[in-house]
Amino acid sequence: MSIKSEQASAHVTFSFRRVGAMVLRYWYLLRSSWPRLLELIYWPAVQMLMWGFLQLYISENAGFFARAGGTFIGAVLLWDILFRGQLGFSISFLEEMWARNMGNLMMSPLRPVEFVTALMIMSLVRLAIGMVPVSILAMAFFGFNLYGLGFALAVFFLNLILTSWAVGILVSGIVLRNGMGAESMAWTIMFLLLPLTCVYYPVAILPVWLQPVAWSLPPTYVFEGMRALLIDHVFRADLMLWAFGLNIVLFAGAVFAFLKLLDSARKQGSLMQTGE
Amino acid sequence: MSVPQSAIALHRLVKVYKSTRAVDGISFAVERGSVTALLGGNGAGKTTTIAMIMGLVVPTEGLVRVLGAEMPRQRNRVLHRMNFESPYVDMPMRLTVRQNLRVFGKLYGVAALEDRIRQLASELDLTEFVDRPTGKLSSGQKTRVSLAKALINRPEVLLLDEPTASLDPDTADWVRSRLQDYRRERDATILLASHNMAEVERMCDRVIMMKRGRVEDDDTPPNLLARYGRHNLEEVFLDIARGRREAREAAQ
Repeated sequence: MSIKSEQASAHVTFSFRRVGAMVLRYWYLLRSSWPRLLELIYWPAVQMLMWGFLQLYISENAGFFARAGGTFIGAVLLWDILFRGQLGFSISFLEEMWARNMGNLMMSPLRPVEFVTALMIMSLVRLAIGMVPVSILAMAFFGFNLYGLGFALAVFFLNLILTSWAVGILVSGIVLRNGMGAESMAWTIMFLLLPLTCVYYPVAILPVWLQPVAWSLPPTYVFEGMRALLIDHVFRADLMLWAFGLNIVLFAGAVFAFLKLLDSARKQGSLMQTGE
Repeated sequence: MSVPQSAIALHRLVKVYKSTRAVDGISFAVERGSVTALLGGNGAGKTTTIAMIMGLVVPTEGLVRVLGAEMPRQRNRVLHRMNFESPYVDMPMRLTVRQNLRVFGKLYGVAALEDRIRQLASELDLTEFVDRPTGKLSSGQKTRVSLAKALINRPEVLLLDEPTASLDPDTADWVRSRLQDYRRERDATILLASHNMAEVERMCDRVIMMKRGRVEDDDTPPNLLARYGRHNLEEVFLDIARGRREAREAAQ
């Protein structure tokens, strides 16, 4: 393809080539830094081991937990999909802020939707690097086979990753608009969902007034669905459909908010400033 | 406004940040194939003006057109035909020079990319360290890498913010020569903001002087020197920055 025809295609609405360029950029970065790679596996492994041993201990001392085999490890692995999915998205975004590279990207033909797509792909790559070895460790240490959940795992994963991307997109928009002073949100916002989405206990444990809040969050349905599968051996398709419906609303809202925040950043002149 | 022959056209451009009027109703057009300097003291509005031309900042009022496209609304039509370099923006430090150029080449849709990288490495004297991480290079080498990124897509419009800031005189001179070569070879339009008056005198066909968000003067370097009765642009700059011209005119 000649330069002219190649460049003429540069203003098409969506370009997989540009998405590929950004994925390549993050892949080069990951490859160049072993601490970054180690960090992807380290915390999920520590979490899984701690909760796994705790579950082992109480299952030997309580009849209910003996029946609910794998609930804690399942919960911690699914929680990590939610948490690490968002973190993987947000860290790739923050790498551009830390590198003072955002001006270069915003001035390039890269579209916001392509940038977000590349960040979503990188969150999957980072998740795979961290979660695959840890899920194998869970099998070796505690005999918990995450992949044994089969189709249910695919549905759980889809719903959790959609939520994690929605939160990642929203946080990125806020950082873009408000600068690095908002960086801590990327590390902490998901912990707000930890008690509310009932990762380790059923929704019924929450006070009655808080339960509607829990049911408004898509991951709550996934964790309830996981307990139904592991304790009662029932796959709750109804819960998954609710989660998916809420996720569509959440994701669309996050994309809308991101574009509005980007627009506001252009008005405030904050795209050239990457400091506090 | 109809200025199809201009590479860049600004019409009554205003930018207000809260209560500060950073750019206050400026208008000018930059002809294709010219090198124009945007000069002014700190806070004169140069960086905000360049950011609006790049589409990174939305004007409060007025219009910016680059290669016929209204910025930032129609930026996707022209961003692949523009590029920029600024000391306030870095290239990713952990990526090697080649990896950085490959990523930006793909973003800009450059054909025969590896050949283009080889060509730029040769022209900008990067070959020796093209596979070294960008963060390990000296500031002069990093500036050359940023310049390579700015030229990767053979831009028709090149915006440069302090292109030789923090460079030693030899490297700065070398960078200026490469930019002049590029302008000659591609008939490119260059708009640069600089505090280096010798650089402006050497490179630019035209100088736009800004002060407090307004265009204070706009002419060729020889005409400015003649009008202010000065021997170099630094003295003209000081006259404008310190309001000596108005004082002289008031006295007359």
